[in-house]
Amino acid sequence: MADVTYEEAYGDVLGDDAAADDMYAGAYDTTEGRVYTVTGADWDSVLAPPEGEKERVVVNMGPQHPSTHGVLRLILELEGETVTEARCGIGYLHTGIEKNLEYRTWTQAVAYVTRMDYLAPIANEAGYVYAVEKLLGIVDDVPERAQLVRIITLELNRIQSHLVCLATGGFEMGALTAMTNGFRDRELVLDLLEMITGLRMNHAFIRPGGVAQDIPEGGVAKIREVMRKLPNQLDGVPQLLVDNGIWKDRTSGVGYLDLAGCMALGITGPVLRAAGLPYDVRKAQPYFGYEKFDFDVPTADSCDVYGRFLVRLEEMNQSIRIVEQACDMLEPGPVMVADKKIAWPAQLSIGGDGMGNSLEHIRHIMGESMEALIHHFKIVTEGFHVPAGQVYSAIEAPRGELGVHIVSDGGTRPYRVHFRDPSFNNLQATAAMCEGGQVADVIGAVASIDPVMGGVDR
Amino acid sequence: MGEVYLPILVLGILGAAFAVFSVAAPSIIGPRRYNRARLDAYECGIDPTPQPIGGGRFPIKYYLTAMLFIVFDIEIVFLYPFAVAFDQLRLFGLIEMAVFIVTVLAVYAYVWRRGGLEWD
Amino acid sequence: MNPTTPQYGDLALFGHDPLWLVILKALVLFIGLVLLTLFTTWFERRVVARMQQRVGPNRAGPFGLLVPLADGIKLALKEGITPANADKVVYLLAPMIAAAAAMLVFAVIPLGPVVSIFGVSTPLQLTDFSVSTLYILAIASIGIYGIVLAGWSSGSTYSLLGGLRSSAQMVSYEIAMGLSFVAVFLYAGSMSTSQIVAGQTDWWYAVLLLPSFVIYLISMVGETNRAPFDLPEAEGELVAGFHTEYSGLRWAMFFLAEYVNMINVSAVAITLFLGGWRAPAPISTVWSGANDGWWPILWFLGKILVMLFVFVWLRGTLPRLRYDQFMRFGWKVLIPISIVWILLVSAWRGIRNEYGTDLRTTLIWLGVILFAIAAIAFLLDLRRAPEDEVVEPTYDPYAGGYPVPPLPGQEFTYTRRAPQTVPATVVETSALESTGQELEGDRNE
Repeated sequence: MADVTYEEAYGDVLGDDAAADDMYAGAYDTTEGRVYTVTGADWDSVLAPPEGEKERVVVNMGPQHPSTHGVLRLILELEGETVTEARCGIGYLHTGIEKNLEYRTWTQAVAYVTRMDYLAPIANEAGYVYAVEKLLGIVDDVPERAQLVRIITLELNRIQSHLVCLATGGFEMGALTAMTNGFRDRELVLDLLEMITGLRMNHAFIRPGGVAQDIPEGGVAKIREVMRKLPNQLDGVPQLLVDNGIWKDRTSGVGYLDLAGCMALGITGPVLRAAGLPYDVRKAQPYFGYEKFDFDVPTADSCDVYGRFLVRLEEMNQSIRIVEQACDMLEPGPVMVADKKIAWPAQLSIGGDGMGNSLEHIRHIMGESMEALIHHFKIVTEGFHVPAGQVYSAIEAPRGELGVHIVSDGGTRPYRVHFRDPSFNNLQATAAMCEGGQVADVIGAVASIDPVMGGVDR
Repeated sequence: MGEVYLPILVLGILGAAFAVFSVAAPSIIGPRRYNRARLDAYECGIDPTPQPIGGGRFPIKYYLTAMLFIVFDIEIVFLYPFAVAFDQLRLFGLIEMAVFIVTVLAVYAYVWRRGGLEWD
Repeated sequence: MNPTTPQYGDLALFGHDPLWLVILKALVLFIGLVLLTLFTTWFERRVVARMQQRVGPNRAGPFGLLVPLADGIKLALKEGITPANADKVVYLLAPMIAAAAAMLVFAVIPLGPVVSIFGVSTPLQLTDFSVSTLYILAIASIGIYGIVLAGWSSGSTYSLLGGLRSSAQMVSYEIAMGLSFVAVFLYAGSMSTSQIVAGQTDWWYAVLLLPSFVIYLISMVGETNRAPFDLPEAEGELVAGFHTEYSGLRWAMFFLAEYVNMINVSAVAITLFLGGWRAPAPISTVWSGANDGWWPILWFLGKILVMLFVFVWLRGTLPRLRYDQFMRFGWKVLIPISIVWILLVSAWRGIRNEYGTDLRTTLIWLGVILFAIAAIAFLLDLRRAPEDEVVEPTYDPYAGGYPVPPLPGQEFTYTRRAPQTVPATVVETSALESTGQELEGDRNE
């Protein structure tokens, strides 16, 4: 039995391995069916060793690798343990979100953009919605309460995103308990987001003109309670990592990228702030009323993984400050713009079969008012018109400046939407950070960039 | 005299039988499904990069580590009988050993100075 | 048989067992070791879960105790994949070497004093001879072959890197481990495990030779590839290191070898430093029968559990070291400290043998040792590079090769590239500023 080769045992089902003509998707048969291997031939020039070169070891780290934050592909050229060349391969999570938006109404698009950078769904929504509101010219008409709820969710989102960064970064460097602690604390924040928006991620909560629904009754008290609890929980991180000699050795001086490098590569977010420049869109170009809040922009001057780690840690504390201030400022009021031609007609409520459109609204449009039904139908299926023009807006996502460039032709759908995702821009720094270091440093450097491939590939 | 080694042989046979069985068992009781991709070396889901024949040459610094290991392992081998017989050797053994260790330490310092103990 | 029964600690005790007893002992030891390994995997997962506010495995059997068994059955039913470009013979040989070598170490570990099994009086130890500690080191070295060959024969870059790492790592820490034994042999006057245990009747060597014990503890973690020294299989970097290409029971052999090796090095630590099978102090002082009969197996297992807990504790606490830091620690910290410590111990013991011990000389020598340690610390401190004086950097936007904005506390100043002398360019700057304002205006619309 052991001497029988696979070919002899399964000869009848084996096809010709090199059957496919498609150079990008070779196919061959297996006992489990036909298998296609999709590759990009353009990598061959990078991967193929030059003539006469025999000692070069090239290794693909990713897309299926435990430490590449999803499906990032790193092509490393190694000399022993030292990385002599590092290149990024991206596109493994491309979902065509930007193109899809051109076939959806302005409101529906929210449910798409929230899936881009899946660790910062609220930030994606906020950036997109802010741009749409600019085009509509209703930035100042959005109710105060809606802006505060947006800020609360944005900052909660920042906390949970940074916690994932610390947790996965810790895990990739072998600190298992840092990971579980990070995810444990993140659960607290996710519970809050679930309470406010109804979902743990992909919220589709922030809509043009306001937010989908108000904070539920007793919600503010719950937020305050968690904000009181969270600083104590976060103290565990410094105890496990900040003062840990091994962690310091692993991160200090690793992934070095100074201010000039950051500026040249267009780096923003914690990576830039760890190089010393306190650039934060919330301070530089305040939006949603961030100028009313009292918070600091933490910086570090070490330009390395350790500095970025400290910056993120302190940013979480600042976010807690902002959330607490926002809770104090909350006044009762509407959470959607008054203009009925933009505001989503239905409100959500809990029914016998879960959450859905409120029964009062259904009763109103189905039984009381024909005009209300027409209005509902028009705004839900066709959407509202946005004046022709283009706009760029930027907000501070957890990973840096999230820019949104929208072009409208005056219709009910975007003509073009483009995102300047911070993960994408920051990922450019990989080669600058990794080359000359060790294999283990690549992991630390990429973890400190904290790329989310959903945002990079969109 | 050989009897003290007999139990090791017995335990060794047991362990080896267990290991051989475990390594051979999958080809008998495990499923067999052909898939060329499964037989490829794992390289994170990418078609493996062609490797130099035989895995290529190892970088020279690994040989350096191996050489240093041999030097120090031999030192340890010399230290063991000295340690066991220390109480019989009295002061002579002590001085003799100190001379030996200091000599090795000198070599060690030389290797350190010349960068033999750098790994990056 | 000898006319007089030899005392424990006499090598004449060994080598007289009838064949059936040898086979029985070996079989019990083997099965016990496998069961202990299964228990260890469960123990590790439960303890590390507690440290991380989780529950851990709790479904199969009471407290999830049957989970390792379920894992084993699952692995046995997996396909055994042999990669196409693997060196087949070596690829299959490697897990056998790793597992079989791991099993052999326990042959010389003393588990208890002389007991009577079916009327035959025999020590609770498979065998022992005058160089049994050397035998342990030799077998441990053979175990390394399993890992190195696995990494080399798999035909994958990750495996190769893992194999290279582990070979370099394990030989480096074997030196530190070997050096930590020297002081024990010095005190015990023997390399036989049973005699070393007999030598610890009054004082454990962990107390007498604390630095040796600490060095051994560190190097044993490095030797078993456990966190924070788990570089050969660092899942964050090398996917699974040397066993990336192994599946099913073949992979399980490496898993088994790792856990058996954990138990092995713990047993060696106990035998050489923690009094072997002897009951720990409060029990042995209160209860004189604690070290007789079958009881010592209990103390031994208890000590093994404590050591395993230390392994799990380390894994739950520390991040992984980087390869160069790890090697530097082994070669530049552990080895010199070991050598100096050996010199100090042998000098101390040699002087005492020669001149006896009175308090004054003891104190003087203690002072000399402390002075030596202080001197070493001072020299190590000298080696450190002096801290650079912090110079407040002046603002030069082009210093890094790309223009940067001023940092907080820095004033923007004109530099060579910023035009300020030619009047025509001044107009340009203002023009630029006005366009900038326009852009700003566009944004705010």
